[in-house]
This record gives sequence, structure tokens and C-alpha cells, in this order.
Amino acid sequence: MNEQAATKDISDEIAVQINGMHKWYGDFHVLKDINLTVNAGERLVICGPSGSGKSTLIRCINRLEEHQQGDIIVDGIELTDDLKHIDAVRREVGMCFQHFNLFPHLSVLENCTLAPIWVRKTPKKEAEETAMEFLEKVKIPDQANKFPGQLSGGQQQRVAIARSLCMKPRIMLFDEPTSALDPEMISEVLDVMIDLAETGMTMLCVTHEMGFARKVAHRVIFMDQGEIIEQNEPEEFFHNPQSDRTKLFLSQILDH
Amino acid sequence: MSTATVSSTDQGFSLLRLWRNKESRSVIIQIITVAVLFAFFAFLISNAATNLERIGKNYNFAFLWEASNYDISQTMIAYTSQSSNFQAMIVGILNTLMVAIFGIITATLLGFFMGVVRLSNNFVANRMVYCVIEFIRNVPVLLHIVLIYGIVVNVLPHPKAAMNLADTFFLSNRGLYFPAPEFGDAFIFVTISFVAGIIGAFLFARHAHKVQDDTGKALPVFWASLGFIIGLPVVVYFISGMPLEWIPATQGKFNLKGGMPLKPEFLALWLALSVYTACFIAEIVRAGIVAIDYGQTEAAHALGISSGRSTQLVIIPQALRVIIPPLTSQYLNLTKNSSLAIAVGYMDIMGTIGGVSLNQTGREMECMTIVLVLYLAMSLMISAFMNWYNSRIKLVER
Repeated sequence: MNEQAATKDISDEIAVQINGMHKWYGDFHVLKDINLTVNAGERLVICGPSGSGKSTLIRCINRLEEHQQGDIIVDGIELTDDLKHIDAVRREVGMCFQHFNLFPHLSVLENCTLAPIWVRKTPKKEAEETAMEFLEKVKIPDQANKFPGQLSGGQQQRVAIARSLCMKPRIMLFDEPTSALDPEMISEVLDVMIDLAETGMTMLCVTHEMGFARKVAHRVIFMDQGEIIEQNEPEEFFHNPQSDRTKLFLSQILDH
Repeated sequence: MSTATVSSTDQGFSLLRLWRNKESRSVIIQIITVAVLFAFFAFLISNAATNLERIGKNYNFAFLWEASNYDISQTMIAYTSQSSNFQAMIVGILNTLMVAIFGIITATLLGFFMGVVRLSNNFVANRMVYCVIEFIRNVPVLLHIVLIYGIVVNVLPHPKAAMNLADTFFLSNRGLYFPAPEFGDAFIFVTISFVAGIIGAFLFARHAHKVQDDTGKALPVFWASLGFIIGLPVVVYFISGMPLEWIPATQGKFNLKGGMPLKPEFLALWLALSVYTACFIAEIVRAGIVAIDYGQTEAAHALGISSGRSTQLVIIPQALRVIIPPLTSQYLNLTKNSSLAIAVGYMDIMGTIGGVSLNQTGREMECMTIVLVLYLAMSLMISAFMNWYNSRIKLVER
């Protein structure tokens, strides 16, 4: 995907806006003065050494973690203690986890229809049709009646992506979606994510897959010790890193 | 077989070779086990037979049909001291079943409640329940039974000065007296409407399920069921002219008369078994819920499912599969612990056929056989039911 084509599908509409956000775990200052604006249709890759706060950052966006200072506005809704706002945001924001977190007592199809039925009040038949559509998109419609325990890791993660998409979210968050997978399964998940990117979905991905970042990201963000150190277009980011910490990180993950 | 071909150079039959083979070794071990067990039981039976013969006793159950010659204070069927030992046994079975069923119900409700409170963020409630659990479950259940019995009999007032709630309920050292129901002829309509209500609630739940499948709307199943099962009979009750009267006990000079009493023996056994077992169930429930990965809750939240719904749809179904097997053990424990009834003279299986009947007839072999078979049958039935339930909710794995 060349740069012009890539930047073209970003709209002026703001999907996520974070202003001066801080977060502490007890005394530990995990996120320090985060300022970030993501436009609708934009695809972000967030990277950084472990413990840098990148997972915590995207988990704040759907309020799986609470921030203590600053504002987070998602799709025009400000995240506060108001449960109604939180539910509204969560309906529009999908998320994939490192360990998939599929519901083991439900079949693949039921995993995909649970939230549409109970949250969106979709009729079961319609929800199942939508689910089958997305299971086809992630290339496992034939596993619909199996249980998560019967699938491989890569298949499970693809089901998890389909499950999120069934809620028709406007923003997708990925929290290290390939870190728990065997090497030969990583590409099947990345392929699905690339397909998703081509539909113009707003995506925030925490990942160490630099090939994926090069291919689909509009912007790469580098975090260390709770701060955003550097952000740039992928080409610039990889070939011309500005800070020493970014250089060190890139040399560690690329040179081997 | 591969092992055979490997050692095919070693021609000829030898025991050592059979012993080395995985399959034949397991067959040999099974044959030896069965033989040893058989010999052991043959010894026990022949030993019992010779000893019985030596003291001039035989093994027969004719005594069951002879008069028992003792009274029982709490009976659910007609029974006098002229009734047979067999009828005494039936009284014992019913009393055991009653305390076991009541105990299992209250222990389960109380246990689930305490288990959930132990997980709450309310520090005071959490610690309080923790202390109660640790105190109760670390004291022998026999002590609880005797303690509660002691409180009922020694601390509560004499019937003449019974604690009196609105002339309806009386609590004294003779037990807790409820008013006895007296059914009018028209009460049959209330019963019918109650049954109809249950059927109605069932049909409504099915209808609601279908509506949700078709249109996505979730109907208020809980409130509608409540209306059907409780509301309908109440309406019919008033329309049919209130054909049910509650007749409370009256305070006589020495004792309470009439009413529906829960005797001190039953109260002590029931309460003690309930709270004791509830403490174990609370820990089982807590463990079952804690065992579910927090990622499950997070995934449900991330999909926009509310906290209550995620507990109902995601956590409880998974926790149950962890909870059911140890819960079964607790039900079995409670049922068998109910034989401690003998400490306070509650006439259960152990008190009747395994107690007074045995002492009066001297038929210890027969009585103990009956007691053993009865407890075994009850326990196996509970196990079978719980296993069936467990297999319905278990996870499909690879």
C-alpha cells in the first residue's frame, strides 16, 4: 500500500482523543502525560519495550483500566465514572487480547452472537447470519459449531477478531494479538488484520510485528517508561529514528 | 505386537516375558486383585457365619414384622409402639430424608450467599463472613449440634412463657411452633392455579426465548414467572373466598397445643448441619468463581456486556463446572453427618433401626446391613443426580 493511498482514507473526524492523561498503579506512575489524537480510519501501531505502558494505554481507551488525570474522548463520548458512557464506548470499541479470552463454554458461533443478542438486541437468526459472515472473512466458517478448546491458537485468535467485529465496532484495539502464538500461526492472524485494515477500520495495535507495522500502519508510536517518546510514519520511524531509546529498541528487535 | 517382535529372539514361553508385556501385565494384575478381594470377602462372610453359629444366632429379617415396642416423638406417618420395626425404619428414613433435604437446601442458599459475600469489595462484610466461616468449619459438627440443642432446651423459656410473635409463632424449649394450615374445600382451586402458574411460567419462558431469537427483545422472564407462580394463586385464593386458615398453637399450662412444631432435636440437627456445611460450600463457591480467569470478565466487558449479565452469561456457567463435584461431596457429607442425630435423640435411620430396634431385638448384623444399604442407596442417588447435572454443564475440550 503506497503512502498516498494510505493517507487518503483517513477522515477529519476524530475517533480517539487523549489529553494530558496520567495513570498510576498505587505509587507507580505507569502513564505520564499522554497526548494522542487518532482520526477515524487511521491505523496506529504502538510499540516499545515491555513494561512501557503500551497495553495499559489501549486498555484505558475502553476503560478496562481507569485513568486518574486528563481526558479520554472516544467517538465523541468522554470516559468518566458514568457507567452509561462506559457501556456506550465499549459497544463501539472492539478489542482482541493476547490470550484470546474466548468463552470456553460456548461454541464458536455462540461466542460471536452473545454480545449482539444481549447488548445490541439483535434477533438470533440475524446475529447468526452476521456471525457466519465474519467467520467467513476470518476463514473459519467450517469451525462454527466447535468449541474454542478444539481450535488451534491461530484459529482462536481469528474467532476472537470475528467476535469483536460482530458488534460492528468503529474502532478496533489489538493488545499483542500474536504474542501468544506459535510462529507458523502468526501470519494467518496478521493476514486477517491486514484484510481488516483494507476495509478502512480505525485500528490501534500494540504489536512487535514490524513487518505488519510497515505494511498497514499510518503512524508508529514508540513508548518507553510510560511516555510517548516518538511518533512518525513507518518509513521515517524505521529508517530515521530520532531518539536514542528508539534506536536502541529498534536495534534490539530488528538486528537478529 | 511390537514388543513381541523385539524380544522374538527369546523363544519359548516364560512368565517373565508375560510380566514385561504391558498388556498382559495389566491382565495379570487384575486377575490377582480380583482373587485377593474374593478371598478377603469369603473370609469375612465365613467368619461371620461361624461366629453367629457359635453364639446360636441366625441371619434373618423376620424381626422386622414384629412390634417395635417403642415410641417416636416426631413421625411423619402414623406410628405407635405397637407398629412394626419395619414401620419404625420407615419413620427413620423419612426423618433422615427430611433433615437431609432441608439441610441441603439451607446449606446451599447460605453457602452461595456467604461465598459471594467473601468476594465482595465490602471490607467489613467480607471479613465478618471470613471469621464466621473459619470459626464454624473448624469446630466439629457434633459440637454444633449439641450446642444448638443446649441453647434450645436450656436457654429458651418454658412453654408457659414462650416467645410469642403475634400469637402465631411460639419459640420455647419445646421447639418452634408454626400455625398449622387448615384447608377448606375450595383450596383445591388454589392448588390447581399454582400448578397452572408453574406451567404458565414455563411456557412464558419458552415464548420469551423465542421472542428473543426472533426479534432480539429480552422479555422480563423473572418478573413474569413470579406473577404466574405466586400472583395467580394469590388472586385465586381471594376470589375463592380465602379457603385456607392458619391455626396457631395455643399456650396450655404445661405445653403448647396444636400448631405445627419443629422439635428441638430437629432444629438443632438441621441448623447445625446447615451452617456447618454452608461454610464449606461458601469456600467451594468462592474457589469456583476465583478459578475463572479474569480475562473472561474483561472480554465480556470489552464487548459491552454489563457486569450483571457477564456474571450470568459468562462467569456462573463456567464456575458451576468447578463447583459441582466438590458440592456433591458436601451433600453426601451432610446426609451422612445427619446420623449424628443420635447425639440429641432425633429418631433417624441410625436412631430407629440402627439404634432402639437393634438394642431391643439383638439383631445387630441385620440392622447394620439395613443401615449400610440405606445410606449407600441415598448417597448413590445423590451422586447419580449430581453426575448427571455435571455432565450436562461440562466443557467440550479437544
